[in-house]
Parts: sequence; C-alpha cells; structure tokens
Amino acid sequence: MSGGEVKLLGVLTSPYKFRVEVALKLKGIPYQYIEEDLSKKSPLLLQSNPIHNKIPVLIHNGKPISESLVILEYIEDTWKNNNSNPLLPIDPLARSTARFWIKFIEETILQTAAKSVKTKDRGDIERIIGQVGEQLKMLEKELVGSGEDYFGGERIGLLDIVAFAMAYWFDVIQEAMAVEDSLKLMTEDRVPELLKWMRKVMAVDVVVDSLPPRDKHIAYVRTRRMIST
Amino acid sequence: MEEVKLLGWWMSPFSRRVELALKLKGVGYEYIEQDLANKSQLLLEYNPVHKKVPVLVHNGKTMAESLVILEYIDETWPNNPILPRNPYEKAMARFWAQFIEEKCNGGLWKIMWCKDEEERGRLVEEASHCFRTLEGELKGNKFFGGDEIGMVDIAANFIGYWLGVVQEVSGMELVTRDKFPVLCKWMDEFVEHSVVKETLPPRDKLHAEFEARLGAPSWKY
Repeated sequence: MSGGEVKLLGVLTSPYKFRVEVALKLKGIPYQYIEEDLSKKSPLLLQSNPIHNKIPVLIHNGKPISESLVILEYIEDTWKNNNSNPLLPIDPLARSTARFWIKFIEETILQTAAKSVKTKDRGDIERIIGQVGEQLKMLEKELVGSGEDYFGGERIGLLDIVAFAMAYWFDVIQEAMAVEDSLKLMTEDRVPELLKWMRKVMAVDVVVDSLPPRDKHIAYVRTRRMIST
Repeated sequence: MEEVKLLGWWMSPFSRRVELALKLKGVGYEYIEQDLANKSQLLLEYNPVHKKVPVLVHNGKTMAESLVILEYIDETWPNNPILPRNPYEKAMARFWAQFIEEKCNGGLWKIMWCKDEEERGRLVEEASHCFRTLEGELKGNKFFGGDEIGMVDIAANFIGYWLGVVQEVSGMELVTRDKFPVLCKWMDEFVEHSVVKETLPPRDKLHAEFEARLGAPSWKY
C-alpha cells in the first residue's frame, strides 16, 4: 500500500505545497515534484483536482488527493511503518489536540490575517493584526504549556509543519511588504517563545530544503501585491 | 469507568453531529445543554479558545471542534466505523467533509446573513454550483458513506435537515426537489434514518428560532 509512484504538484512559493513536501521528506518518501504555472494550469492538475484546480495535489499510484491538510493525514495514514517518526501522536486524545490546533491555525489565524490585506483602513489593519497577535499568543501558550521543544514533542510533527509554514510566511510577507515594526507579527515582544521554536524548526534540514530561496520569495510577494493593487 | 460527557446546544448542527456519532456507536454519554447567551463556567473552562459547543469530555479530558471530535470518536470506539479504513477512501471522506464545511455550509452562512440583494444573488449562484458538485458525489448510493451513513453524511447534517427549515423561513429556493432531485432524495433518507431521527431538533421549535434570528420580513425574497 505504501509503495508505488508519488507525484507532488505544487508551486515554489506556496506554504501549502511546503507543508506536503516537508511531510514527504520527513517520511523519506521518494516523489517526483512538478512545478505548476498557475497562469497556465497543466492538464494533469486540472484532471487531478477538477473541483478546486489548486495545488498542492498528491498523486499516489495514479490516484489524486487534494487539500494540503487532507494530504498530510493521508501521508501519515499510508506510510505508517516507515522508520521515520510518526507525524501525529499515537494517543487519540493527543491527536485530537494536534488536530484542534491545526484547525485553529487554518480557520482562525490564517483567515483573520487574510482580512488585513483586504482593507486600507489603518484602524482596521491595526485591529486585525492585534487579533492575530492574540491568536498567536494562544498557540505559543500551548507550546510552552507542553514543555517540549516542538508541538510534536521531541521531533516535529504535522502541527509543527503547519504552524511553521504560517509563521515563516507571515515573516516573509511582512518583510516583503515593508510592514512597519509595530504591525509585525513574528517579533520578540509579541511571541518570543514561538521565535525560539521557529529557530529550532529551521535547524531541521528537510524544512530548510523545502523553503523557497528567501530573496526569490520576497520578490515574488512584491510582484504579486503590486499587480493586485 | 468510561465517562463521556457532551456539552451541546439543541439547535447546533455541530453538537448534533457528535451526538449522532456517539449514538451510532452505542456510546453512553451524559448530555449537558448549554445556554450560549449565558455561557457556563464549565464551557469557558473546557473550551477557552473558542467558547463554543460541542465539547466532548472523555475520562476528564476535553476536546473541541466537531469534525476533530468525530475522528476521535471513530478512533476510540472502532465499532460501526464512520470513516473508511482504506487510507485513500478515508482521504476522500475528509476531503468531502471539508468541502461541505467550507463551501456548502460556508456559502449558506454567507447567504443567510447577506442583506444586499445583488450580492445574495451572486452568493446563491456560487452555492448552487457547490451543491451540484456535492450531489455528484452520491454516485447512486443511498448515503455518502455508501449503504450506511458515515462521516460525510454526518458532516452534511445541516444540509440534510436544518437547510429545509432555513429555506422555509426565508423563502430562499436553493436546494429544491426539481433542481436537486438526487440530493433531496439523500435528505429524505438522512432524516428517516433511525439514529439520525433521534438527533434532530424539533422542527417547529427550529422554525420559530430561525424566524426570530434571521430577522424581519425584509429578509424574505
């Protein structure tokens, strides 16, 4: 079941593709990576994800799976007996806690943050950033409360991957947009423990290997934002 | 020995999802009705992040988020599985549960609270497309789960029952029998299911509540 051909359709600068790629690498799963041009979606992408036409898509033995969080769970379910670390806790309660926080990041933090680019009103932006800041503190509290190096315990797991993608992309995007210091999210005075944790995660080589080169990433964000304004 | 408690609200499709899963598996639980206008200390303590229902308490440990709780229930009480065992099929079920939550329920929610007529028209168009996609997933089966209800059916409970009442109250004609015969047939099967029946809030009470909440006649169209 866990053998066979694996393809990953993605885009270099996507945090969602990053999530999947790190999981594949942590499990030591060989895969073929296919970079997509979203302005000219390939027949393979359109065929593999007819509902959303989005990346990432994982294709395992010809069968496609879409939605990064669904893909992450699939990877964990399928490559169970690999020597690599489990990406979710074994205990069902701990698993539900990890899933709770993954959902929190996806549906609360990221959705709130997305509102900040939809308004030009300074007051609104400050308020939204404030909300995200509070949400990040809740996430930080969860980590500190566990007393562990990572959300996954002694090694990184799915929650670390999803949380890191969020934190790192916030950092790059805010730098690219030359956001003023008081509105920056990933700072010492807001979330010192999360920053410490980020540095530990960055020391994991599959994480760094899956990130787009920072300067290229920054240039990409600047181009995109200019086009949309 | 096994102590299971559920903090819920009679009207919430989310807490009813958890009740449905527990009942399908024959798991005994103590139900504690919450007053969401006046949140209890217990709720605030058990779900400090969202302060919402449902919250499941199992042997003193708490968990929140209905779809996350469903996964926990399936892993802890494996009889009468609500998720397929095969990883690919499981992934498909999770995909559709998410689609329902984000696109179908999410779309309906926006429509229900949208005051602008033109915007609402556009939202209804968009939602219609999502429901068409969802309907296609039934593939001639009685339920999304096949012969028996599964996670996807449970996730679709709002569509299965609450939506009918919302449409009645608002006059919205989104999922109608002539436009969506297959989906409506699933809705019939869903509400007739012996266990599902036990988890549906009384229709007249639900109707009255929606009328009050969705506001004045100006909302009707």
